[in-house]
Amino acid sequence: MDKPHDRGGWETDESIDQSEHPAMDWERRLAALGRVLPPGRFMSTDVSRRGIESIPADQYGSMAYWERRLVGMETRLVDEGILTKEEIDQKAAELEERWEASQ
Amino acid sequence: MSTHDGHDHDHGDGEPHPGMAGDASLGYYGTRYRAIEALLIEKGVCTLSEINAAAARQETRTPMDGARMIAHAWVDPEFKQRFISDPLAAMGELGYRLPDNVVDTPKITVLENDEDVHHLVVCTLCSCYPGTLLGAPPDWYKSLAYRSRAVKDPRGVMHEFGLDLADEIEVRVQDSTADLRYIVMPKRPAGTEDMSQEQLAQLITRDSMIGVSEALEPDRSPAA
Amino acid sequence: MSGATLPKYEPGDRVRVSSEEPEGHCRTPRYVQGRQGTVRKLHGSFRNPESLAYGGTGLPRQPLYLVEFGQPELWKDYKGAAGDRLWIDLYQHWLEPLNDRRISQ
Repeated sequence: MDKPHDRGGWETDESIDQSEHPAMDWERRLAALGRVLPPGRFMSTDVSRRGIESIPADQYGSMAYWERRLVGMETRLVDEGILTKEEIDQKAAELEERWEASQ
Repeated sequence: MSTHDGHDHDHGDGEPHPGMAGDASLGYYGTRYRAIEALLIEKGVCTLSEINAAAARQETRTPMDGARMIAHAWVDPEFKQRFISDPLAAMGELGYRLPDNVVDTPKITVLENDEDVHHLVVCTLCSCYPGTLLGAPPDWYKSLAYRSRAVKDPRGVMHEFGLDLADEIEVRVQDSTADLRYIVMPKRPAGTEDMSQEQLAQLITRDSMIGVSEALEPDRSPAA
Repeated sequence: MSGATLPKYEPGDRVRVSSEEPEGHCRTPRYVQGRQGTVRKLHGSFRNPESLAYGGTGLPRQPLYLVEFGQPELWKDYKGAAGDRLWIDLYQHWLEPLNDRRISQ
């Protein structure tokens, strides 16, 4: 079974890229959001990790760290019944339209 | 820290930030985050001020905090025992602000390097890190390359960071697979007997507290 | 009925990690599955993340151990030193005893 998150010992000769990039604004805010949300019925860390682990292998490898964490956050919020995927899709589409209209 | 949309004020009244106009497009994930944030604020789950305040707070913890605690442990054997047995309590003792929910904060364990053992910390499954002591992890710690290679080729990874150890020294990799977090206490370098705690803290780099390198030698430290 | 499973192992016990290919969330990496190691420490008992990840209670709590493996045994063509070790936190339900110790309750 493919578990792309279970990374220990994967074959790679890739050297460690030691460059650092300042976090984007939305990444910082996502990190903050995780601390701000009231504790839910579920253990959010475990639910969030499960969400990240369900990312298909071909996407996991090419997604950035905070992009995966966003998937984890969305899993947590939907599992807890706080938001639905449809609401998020709709709001994201609205924001995108608003941005395009302003260009 | 720079922000992509160039301003970071909050309206304080819980209104979602209206300022998508004029921002560069955030891309799929940035937009999706903004959607989630806007919905949570609309539903009263949290407020914009809370998010902004938490974002500002999380930047106050840096590796220098961990370095100061380790420097204190180097000079004060009794503090060192308290630090090893409960790093969060020791942090509180030195006046650092602790997380609001200490009970739910993952426990941190100190791995002490000595003449025989050198530790290296990784989280192969997801990138867990002792952020409560050290702040945000470096990008490389979270990289797939580090997560793959640290367990299988620790000496090769350390070599890339400039550290080569004799074979007689055990390189001990710690994979933090459960909810425990680990911080390395590097060895105190020789020739530092006359240094002040603040000078010692300058030798203790973030990388040495992960284990990819050792503490700096006194003659290589930045000017105190 | 207790909310915790009793610890079965002590420091020094030799154990084998199960090799199960489980569905779903688990915190036992494949690179140690099926391998033999030595218990170094009992951390305590914690709620099982494999259940928590799906909204379960995680009960009964499972003992969590720090287990040591020899690196040359884990990796074919290990490039480091013979004395190098890997330590990892593993839950009891993933461990099987190797030596024939009977635990009396």
